Amino acid sequence: MENVLKVQNIEKYYGSRSSLTKAIDDLSFEVEKGEFVAIMGASGSGKTTLLNCISTIDKVTSGHIYVDGIDITKLKGNDLNKFRREELGFIFQNFNLLDTLTAYENIALALSIQNVSPALIDAKIKKVANDLDIKDVLHKYPYQMSGGQIQRVASARAIVTLPKLVLADEPTGALDSKAAKMLLEKFNYLDEQGATILMVTHDAFTASYARRVIFIKDGKIFKEIHKGTDTRKEFFDKIIDVVTLLGGDLNDAL
Amino acid sequence: MMLCKLSLKNIRKSIKDYAIYFFTLILGIAIFYVFNALDSQTVMMDVSTSTQELIKLMMTILSGVSVFVSFILGFLIIYASRFLMKRRNKEFGIYLTLGMSKRKISFILFLETLFIGILSLIVGLGIGVLMSQLMSLVVANMFEANLTKFAFIFSPKACFKTIIYFSIMYLIVMIFNTISVSKCKLIDLLNSAKKSEEVKLKNPYLCIIIFIGAIIILGRAYFIVTHDFLSLREAQDILVPIIMGSVATFLIFWSLSGLILRIGQSLKKYYYRGLNSFIFREFSSKINTTVLSTTVICLMLFVTICLLSSCFTIKNSMNENIKKLTPVDAQFSSLVNMEKHYDAFKRYGYTDNQIKNSHYSVLETFTLYDFDYKNYLKNYIEVNTYSLPSLTFKDTLGSNYEAIKAKNSFLTFDDEQDIMKISDYNKVAKLYGIPEYSLKEDEYIIVADFKSMVEIRNIALKNKETINILGHTLKPKYQECQDGFLEIASQHINTGIILVSDDIISDDYLYANYLMGNYKTTKEKEIREIENKINSLTSNPLVNDYLLPFGNTKLDIKEATVGLSAMVTFIGLYLGIIFLVSCVAILALKELSESSDNKSRYQVLRKIGTDEKMINKALFWQIAIFFLLPLVLALIHSIFGIKFALSVLEVFGNEELLSSIIITMIILVIIYGGYFLITYYCSKNIIKERN
Repeated sequence: MENVLKVQNIEKYYGSRSSLTKAIDDLSFEVEKGEFVAIMGASGSGKTTLLNCISTIDKVTSGHIYVDGIDITKLKGNDLNKFRREELGFIFQNFNLLDTLTAYENIALALSIQNVSPALIDAKIKKVANDLDIKDVLHKYPYQMSGGQIQRVASARAIVTLPKLVLADEPTGALDSKAAKMLLEKFNYLDEQGATILMVTHDAFTASYARRVIFIKDGKIFKEIHKGTDTRKEFFDKIIDVVTLLGGDLNDAL
Repeated sequence: MMLCKLSLKNIRKSIKDYAIYFFTLILGIAIFYVFNALDSQTVMMDVSTSTQELIKLMMTILSGVSVFVSFILGFLIIYASRFLMKRRNKEFGIYLTLGMSKRKISFILFLETLFIGILSLIVGLGIGVLMSQLMSLVVANMFEANLTKFAFIFSPKACFKTIIYFSIMYLIVMIFNTISVSKCKLIDLLNSAKKSEEVKLKNPYLCIIIFIGAIIILGRAYFIVTHDFLSLREAQDILVPIIMGSVATFLIFWSLSGLILRIGQSLKKYYYRGLNSFIFREFSSKINTTVLSTTVICLMLFVTICLLSSCFTIKNSMNENIKKLTPVDAQFSSLVNMEKHYDAFKRYGYTDNQIKNSHYSVLETFTLYDFDYKNYLKNYIEVNTYSLPSLTFKDTLGSNYEAIKAKNSFLTFDDEQDIMKISDYNKVAKLYGIPEYSLKEDEYIIVADFKSMVEIRNIALKNKETINILGHTLKPKYQECQDGFLEIASQHINTGIILVSDDIISDDYLYANYLMGNYKTTKEKEIREIENKINSLTSNPLVNDYLLPFGNTKLDIKEATVGLSAMVTFIGLYLGIIFLVSCVAILALKELSESSDNKSRYQVLRKIGTDEKMINKALFWQIAIFFLLPLVLALIHSIFGIKFALSVLEVFGNEELLSSIIITMIILVIIYGGYFLITYYCSKNIIKERN
């Protein structure tokens, strides 16, 4: 299997020389094509920083990140934007749909900024709306939809461009448990369709839908577990074990 | 002391965000100072006493206009400061939760207004003083005076006045702030940021119907002011089209706000390209919430454009008219054969001797007074006019008399008409550089340039009315009046002179002798000396026996006109610029606050990988459309508004319309465009990611 994402010895420092904070400390891992990986950690463990570095919103202090063989730490200016819109798909905790646009237009925007011809846009949206079960809300505005629907629209926007890698930052953070379950089942479905998903979460239930979970503590990889042939329930118990081992703060998030 | 520090920090923080507000305040103060200090600029000019009188009058009018201007600026400042305060609700909420009393918050605001006021006054007055130095060139040019010397002028009076007026405005702002702080509730303050925008869509069919209705109303209003304006008998009748226009403007914006998105969406190919859907949505939500203010801004722009271009037209036409209508330095006339109309002249107050002795030409009269006028002239001509009791205005109209009289009852119809020999007129025309004419024995021509009189006379000429002079029946050579004049003047006032072949009329019917010519000297000072000598002839005891010639001189006409045109220009500029600045400042403030409200939207666009160039383009177009929409409608209004204004101000002529429209456009582009660019760059700064 080829690697879609390869993170190589990255470090990220914050602050000045007198008070240095290492948010990420010599971290390396790889994600294969078609994988669904969750990254877990307590607040302050560096997981959001990691995601920001991968998504090129933030820059690493040292080390390299390769997406599909390209070193994205070397990209600058408009190449960064091009990379972001063509290779990545984003799903954020706080939804991030444009509130003045309908669901349809929000999804279309991801395509139109790539100069996809208007004729193709419609077909692509129809397809992705079918997959994510949002056909009924396509012509609604964000304020007319539920949180779960919004998150599925955001997911549709993230995958409609067929990105190499979908990045999800606490996608279930603002959802009730039912909506969260539905969204994660859709993630599993997308994964089966061949999408590569990297999800950041501090919630064990959410993480249990992934095929692999990487635990981060103080900017370093603490442990990594694979789902293998376990059921979701068994995998969830395994995750809980690690969380207990991690101790203290992550427990609060359960 | 803590509060003082807090408010100072707030100002420093907001100077960057609200640069437009400061800029507008400073501009307002500077303009206010400049126009109130105008008279001090004239001190260093070499002008006659009559011009100085005019300047005094102008300053009285300008200070009246200043009161009006201060009201407009006052409203602008109050509006802007309340608007900016609303944006700081969260900050006040935090103060309140920290336990600060409302009185202390009011005090912070008081200090802020005080600091801003002092700062803006210092900077504004500074700029105003510098600007008024430049203004002295404009003033000198306007009064066509020579700058004798250049000196740095500071007007303490204007400075003091500016400080007083603006202090009052700031005081009112403070009162308003205190009231609104005392009325606000903590929960509203903290929650004010959390409003989710709802997109309300209007019924498209209703929008279309209203749009069409608005267009019809507007068309009717346009028609009334341009074609049907004679039906506006009284001053208040003009209110009808004004109200119609205003309502139609509002309805157009209202319906457009509903339609524009639909139109965009129906153009699928265009709508789903780049950020077009985003631009359309942003714009439509913006105009949806600002229909009323867009209407007000549009109407104010309309007034500004009409004001500026009409004022410039009047000024230019006046100056242009002088050039055309005073082709010679001086022109004098003496009445002859006055005893023929003894009763009438007696009634006007002429003495018996003056009437009896009236058979001298202009030059002969001057010689009687022992004044050798000829000596001062480089070149001159003498011509005569004639009149006949059997040729009155009524007689020239022929069969059309009754109809014309019914319409124009205010005219006097039994005035004897001025008649000139064609050769005499051509002599004048040659000197003046205006068209000369030729005639057959049985023809006549009427030359006139007073527009409404020309129209009346043309009715008769079109009917080929013949006139009868001493047994000769003459028919008109042309079917309309020809352009021309005999007496020099500042405006078109020639009501009509009848030109006939030389041998038709004899010297028995002489009415007046004319002399027109140019001085040997071209120096204004020497010309003034000559003319003062003529004026002093009135103290000669001979005046009761021999009537002094009446005269018009270029210098007299010029001074009177120049003062008037300067007055019109300055008032127009003053009001126009203040109006323009006020409405464009409101537009800019609205747009900037929108940008900071919508910052998060631009961040989303960035996160999904939109190019910076694309985002800037989207921002640019959004602001451009927002700025252009009221301007475009205002420009359309103005086409008709200016037409109407010019038909009202017809006497001044409208020959110079194009150049004044160009000047107006330049002013508009500089101020409007300037604000637009500042708004764009400030918005760009606001939506920039702050890492």
